Amino acid sequence: MSDHRHQHDSPPSPYHRSDRTEARNKELAARVEKIESLLIEKGLVAKDALDRIVDIYEHDLGPMNGAKVVARAWVDPDFKGRLLEDATAAIAELGFGGLQGEHMVVVENTPRVHNVVVCTLCSCYPWPVLGLPPAWYKDPAYRSRVVIDPRSVLAEFGTAVHDDVEVRVWDSSAEVRYLVLPERPSGTERLSEDELAKLIDRDSMIGVTTVAVR
Amino acid sequence: MNGIHDLGGMTCFGPVHRENDEPIFHTDWERRVFAMNFVALAFLGPVDRLRHAIERMDPVDYLTTTYYEHWLDGLLRVAKDLGYLTDEEIETGHIVSIKPTPHPPPNAEMAEGLVRGGMPATRDGGRSEPIFKPGDKVRARNIETTGHSRLARCVKGKVGVVTAHHGSHVFPDTAAHDRGESPQPLYTIRFEARELWGDNVDRRDCVHIDLWEDYLEPEKTEATRS
Repeated sequence: MSDHRHQHDSPPSPYHRSDRTEARNKELAARVEKIESLLIEKGLVAKDALDRIVDIYEHDLGPMNGAKVVARAWVDPDFKGRLLEDATAAIAELGFGGLQGEHMVVVENTPRVHNVVVCTLCSCYPWPVLGLPPAWYKDPAYRSRVVIDPRSVLAEFGTAVHDDVEVRVWDSSAEVRYLVLPERPSGTERLSEDELAKLIDRDSMIGVTTVAVR
Repeated sequence: MNGIHDLGGMTCFGPVHRENDEPIFHTDWERRVFAMNFVALAFLGPVDRLRHAIERMDPVDYLTTTYYEHWLDGLLRVAKDLGYLTDEEIETGHIVSIKPTPHPPPNAEMAEGLVRGGMPATRDGGRSEPIFKPGDKVRARNIETTGHSRLARCVKGKVGVVTAHHGSHVFPDTAAHDRGESPQPLYTIRFEARELWGDNVDRRDCVHIDLWEDYLEPEKTEATRS
C-alpha cells in the first residue's frame, strides 16, 4: 500500500537554502579568504595541500569509479562474489580506496530487494567510488524522510518500487560506507564492460534510481 | 546529544530538491572550506570532534544555512575550542598569538597520501570479542546521550536483528571528547519499519543502521523478562 500522508503533512520545502544570494556569497567568500590566510600564516595548513585536495576531489574521484566497479560485477561473477563478500578488497582490485572508503559494503538489488543509502546524522558517503555527495543527499528533506518514507522519496526520483519488493534503507551511522549494486537492465547482454559502465550513474549507486538503457 | 542533526524519521521538510548538472562545488569559497577542513584535520581531528562541532550549531542556523557553511562553522568552532584561533583574529584577520602545533602541517604529498591511504576506524586492541552474532535479537539501549553520539533517536529502545559484525571500531562517543578511542565491536542492525515507525505500518521496508556494542543489549524473550 502506498502512503502519501507525509507529502500532505509538509510545507513546500521551507528549509531549502541552496539558492544563496549574491550578497551572501560575497560575504562568505571574503570571510573564507580571511580565514584561509590566517590558517596559512599560523602554520596550521599549507596552501599546496589545500590546492591538491581540491584538485583530487574535483577531478580524480567521482561516480565514474563506482560505475567501473558495478560494470565489472555485472560481467564477472567471480568478482561480484568477492565484492559482496569483502567490498573493500574487491574495490581495491580496481585501484579505488582510501578516505571514506576504508570499510566498504556493497548491497545488491534483486527482483525482491531494493536498497537505498543515507546518512541521517550527517553526510557520510563513499568518496573513493562516488566522489563528494550532491547537495540533496546532505539536505534535511532526504535525510529525514528516506528512512521513514522511502517509497515516496524514491517516487520523487521517478523510481517506482512494487509493493512486493522490500525496500532496505542503509543508514551510514559509523565508518562503514555503502554502495548499491544496481540490477543489470535487460537488453544489455551484448554490451562491453566499458559500455555498461557508461549506463551507470551516481543516483543508481546511492539507490534512489535504477539503471535504464538509454 | 539530542540535536537538530538527528533527522531520521521527521516528515516536515518537504520534497527532496535536486539540481541538474550540479557542480562539485558551487563557489570557490566552498572549495576552500572543504580543503581547509580536510587539511586541518591533522590538528583539529578526530573526525568525530568535527562532526560534534557541527551538531552544536544553533539549530535554526543548521537548517537555514548550506552544507559548507556547516563545515566552516565546525572548523572555526573546533579551532577556537583548541586555542588555535580567537574570535578577534577571525573578525580582524590579524594574528594575535600562535599556538604551536605538535607537528608541521601536511604538505600536498602528505594530504594526498591521506586521501589514497585513508584512516581506518578499526583497531586491533580494545574489546574485540563480540558479544552478539548475526541473527541475534538486540535492543538499542534507551540511554541519555550527552555530547557526541551516533545512536540515532529513532532506534533508541527498539528491537532489531544483527546482520553483520564489522570488527572493533573506534567509539565516537569517547573519541570526540578526548576520552580515548575505546574500540569495541560494531554491528549492522536491521530494524523493521513497523518496529521503528508504528504498529499501523504495513510496508515491507526496513532500516539497517550501524551500532556499537555499548549501544546494544540482548533482547530478552517475554518468558525471561518477567
